[in-house]
Amino acid sequence: MDALTFGVQLLNGVQYGLLLFLVAAGLTLVFGILGVINLAHGAFYMLGAYFAYWISAHTGSFAAALVGGVAISFLLGLVLEELFVKRLYGRDHLAQVLLSFGLILVIDEVRQMLFGKDVHSVAPPAWLQGSIQLTDVLSYPVYRLALCVVCLAAAGAIFYVIQRTRLGMIIRAGAENRDMTRALGIPFDLVNKYVFAGGIALAALGGILVSPISTVFPGMGDGMLILSFVVVVLGGIGSVAGAAIGALMIGLTDTFGKVFFPQVSSILIYVLMAGVLLWRPNGLLGKKEA
Amino acid sequence: MSHSISSPTSLNRRTLLMGSMGLLTGAAAFRFPTPAIAQSVPLKVGLMLPYSGTFAKLGKFIDDGMRLYVEQNGGSLGGRRIEFVQVDDESKPESATDNMNRLVGREKVDVVVGTVHSGVAMAMVKVARDTNTMLIIPNAGVNEATGPLCAPNIFRTSFSNWQVCHPMGKVMFDAGHRNVATITWRYAAGTQMIDAFKEGFTKAGGKIADDLALPFPEVEFQALIARIATLKPDAMFAFFAGGGAVKFVKDYAAAGLNKSIPLYGAGFLTDGTIQAQGADAAGIKTTLHYADDLDLPANKRFLEAFKAKTGNDGDIYAVQGYDAGALLKSGLEAVKGDWSARAAVVEAMRGAKFDSPRGPVSFNKANNPVQNVYLREVRNGRNEMISIAGTAVDDPARGCRVQA
Repeated sequence: MDALTFGVQLLNGVQYGLLLFLVAAGLTLVFGILGVINLAHGAFYMLGAYFAYWISAHTGSFAAALVGGVAISFLLGLVLEELFVKRLYGRDHLAQVLLSFGLILVIDEVRQMLFGKDVHSVAPPAWLQGSIQLTDVLSYPVYRLALCVVCLAAAGAIFYVIQRTRLGMIIRAGAENRDMTRALGIPFDLVNKYVFAGGIALAALGGILVSPISTVFPGMGDGMLILSFVVVVLGGIGSVAGAAIGALMIGLTDTFGKVFFPQVSSILIYVLMAGVLLWRPNGLLGKKEA
Repeated sequence: MSHSISSPTSLNRRTLLMGSMGLLTGAAAFRFPTPAIAQSVPLKVGLMLPYSGTFAKLGKFIDDGMRLYVEQNGGSLGGRRIEFVQVDDESKPESATDNMNRLVGREKVDVVVGTVHSGVAMAMVKVARDTNTMLIIPNAGVNEATGPLCAPNIFRTSFSNWQVCHPMGKVMFDAGHRNVATITWRYAAGTQMIDAFKEGFTKAGGKIADDLALPFPEVEFQALIARIATLKPDAMFAFFAGGGAVKFVKDYAAAGLNKSIPLYGAGFLTDGTIQAQGADAAGIKTTLHYADDLDLPANKRFLEAFKAKTGNDGDIYAVQGYDAGALLKSGLEAVKGDWSARAAVVEAMRGAKFDSPRGPVSFNKANNPVQNVYLREVRNGRNEMISIAGTAVDDPARGCRVQA
């Protein structure tokens, strides 16, 4: 393998990893800060892609799909938190699993009623439709490069909010010790609402961004949910930085696994996860259980 | 007699019951051979199809096609009224045996028509063999069903994986491609299709550059697309279906590979997915036992009737369901509706020859259709026929021995 091909595969791995990070970040936030296992995370990823399809088909604008899809998902997150999820804080994980599994079924059925069962595709914005010639036969879609930039920007924004803002301080305090935060008079319950809705919006954002290079189809969230959980567990539950490292590791392992060891590529990421967990049972940047 | 020691009251009721039972049995035994009574009891057809899930649309089209055929024949085939019982198999192999047993055991259907998913079909084949139930497979192409697991009571109105891919080998060689790489999902259907293509291609004299595969149903193709660009084969042969087929075709075009390395595939690469693939599918050549613009009177009549009934444009799945009706009719007509004359039914069905919308169809010794396979090219957003890739293509039915 020459340097150029290696570079292309490296780019593929990083780009896949960044996208995984975007989706997994929402899951790890909800999991780490609210203590809620949200199995429906993949369903919201799918829903985001369908919003992108629906809005861009009606308005012809991908930007509108991006803004509209994220906004709808955020509002949906607020409503669901108010109606269902807030009753589950501190309850045991089985109740949460049941609720979010139920949500998967409901979302799938609603999706079926609204959008049907067909496979759809979404056109990327016109100015990102070209591709860059890399070798004599291979070119790289500009949209994929733009996707890397957007994912990096989103990652930067998440880190900034959590590390540098007052809201982030409350989130970190709540993750550290929920009861103490409440006792200090900090409106942690209100913050919970936004964290949950934000997590949903991140999943949907992932779905929207991936829709032009992927396709929009009914089961698209299932595989993503499993990968997101692998990323979260690998990086350490609740650690956004861990999710970033985990996602990049998975992206690179998967890409180079397919190139060098095609026969076993499907199990490589799970071997990686098992190896990391043997070495660090709480994940790469996970906190030690008290 | 046992009722002689029962109490007088229950004796009366039992005698009455037994009497009426005897009367019924007697009547049935007496009048059974005459077609008149056989016609009055409807033939129960169990439709075991995916009515939900990924393949729901395919299931609906097969169902519509079958019902259209029966409607066109006035609701009865061979003088026997047809009654349908539906079961949603959800394309789940794990519940396939239960669903099939429900149709055969509880619903007591006379014949089962199903299904799309090969894994589910395999479970159905096993039950059909164990219970000697008549089974008509209207889609699943798994080679084994009309290969090692063939049986007199198992028919197929669709295709075998071998059948639709083998002719492509010669087509690609004749087009001047000598060095070809393949790509698919690593699962039964994918492997069988790729193997059949390779068999045809290497026999014609071609060389396989590499076999690329990824786990089913993964859709992250980017690493393999970069690999294709490094391999630089003369052409690619691909098998994917559904959402995966759309994404692969789009990724292939986005990487610019469609300009330098022509893409060929099994028909499923562009069937039912062509809308979502859009302009990226243009120029892809595939082989299948059907083409959207097949210029046959039977096809035109079928498409018109299907559109009138359902409002949808008919496709290969609808044709396969339609032909399941035609096959059933061949069997029923030969015995004037007396389904219990199984040997005669099987013989008639195997000997059936009909003018399907896809062209002439007959059946081989393993009950798999012998049919034309067409080379199609995506033009104007349709799979337009270029030529007949293979006339009356017959699956070799490898491993099929028992055929009474």
